[in-house]
Amino acid sequence: MQPPAEHVHWMFATGILLLGLFLLAEVIVGEEVWRRRPWRRYLWPSFAFGMGVLMWPVMTFFTNSTIHMLAHGAWAQVMMLAGAAELGLVRGKLRNPLWRLAIPFAFVVSGLAFLLHEQNPWFFQRSSFLHHLLGWLMVLGAVFPLARAWRPRWVVANAGFAMVFVVLAVALFCDRDLAPIFGHLSTLAGTPHR
Amino acid sequence: MSTQSVTQALEEHTRSRALTLRSLALAALGPLTALAGLVWAVIQPYRVTLLHPADQGFWWLFAEPPLLVIVAGLAFHYFVARSLIRDLEQDDATAR
Repeated sequence: MQPPAEHVHWMFATGILLLGLFLLAEVIVGEEVWRRRPWRRYLWPSFAFGMGVLMWPVMTFFTNSTIHMLAHGAWAQVMMLAGAAELGLVRGKLRNPLWRLAIPFAFVVSGLAFLLHEQNPWFFQRSSFLHHLLGWLMVLGAVFPLARAWRPRWVVANAGFAMVFVVLAVALFCDRDLAPIFGHLSTLAGTPHR
Repeated sequence: MSTQSVTQALEEHTRSRALTLRSLALAALGPLTALAGLVWAVIQPYRVTLLHPADQGFWWLFAEPPLLVIVAGLAFHYFVARSLIRDLEQDDATAR
C-alpha cells in the first residue's frame, strides 16, 4: 500500500503549488485584505506546518538509505519550525521579528539536504538533476524570505518568495523514479519502467 | 470644476482601475493553473492513467500529476480566490 516515491513527490508538489498560489494571492491583494478573514491569515503557515508533519511518514517509510532518512527528517523539522514560527507571528504570540528568519533558515537547510543526499551527478537521471536543481533553487531562493524578513511588505521579496514555491512545485511534478533528463540516462541507473 | 474634484475623480479612477486589475489577476490565477494542468494532460496523455486504467494500482489512479494541478487550481479558485475578490471589492467600497 506504500506509494512509489514519485507519487509522494507529486502529492507534495500539489501542496507546494497551493502554498505558492496562496502567497501569490496575498501579494496581489495586500496584507490587509488577505488578513480580513481570520481563517485566511493562518492558511499558509498551517499548511506549511501540516506538510512538515506529513514529511514524518515519508521519513519513516522511505528508508532506502540513511542519508535519505536524515534529509527527510531535516525537512520535516524545518518545515514545522517555519510554519509554527509564522503561525506564532500571525497570532501575535511571537513578537520578536527575528522569528521571521525561521523561513530562510528552513530554505537553506532544505536546500542543503537536497544537495547532500543526492550522490549522483546532474545528468545521471532525471531525479538526480531535479535534486540538484531543487537544492540550488532553495539555497539561492532563500534570498527572498531573507529580504521578506528584513522588509515584510516589500512586494518584490513577497512575489519572489511565492514564485520559488511555484517553481519548486513544477520541478517536483517533473520527478520520475527512473527517467532520462534532456536525453541523458546513465547505464548504471537502470531501465525506465514507464 | 474645482481642482480638488478633478484630483478626486482621477484618484477614484486610478483606484478602481487597480482594483479591476487585481481582481482580474486573482480571478485568473486558479483557472490559469487548471488550464496548465489541462494542457499538460493533452501534451502527455500517458501521465493520466485514468485514460488507460486497466492493470493500474491504487496510487497510479489516485495521484496523476496533470489532474492534481487541475484540482489545485480549481480548489484555490473556489475556496480562496472568490472570497478574496469579494473582500477586495468590499474594501474598495468602504474606502470610497
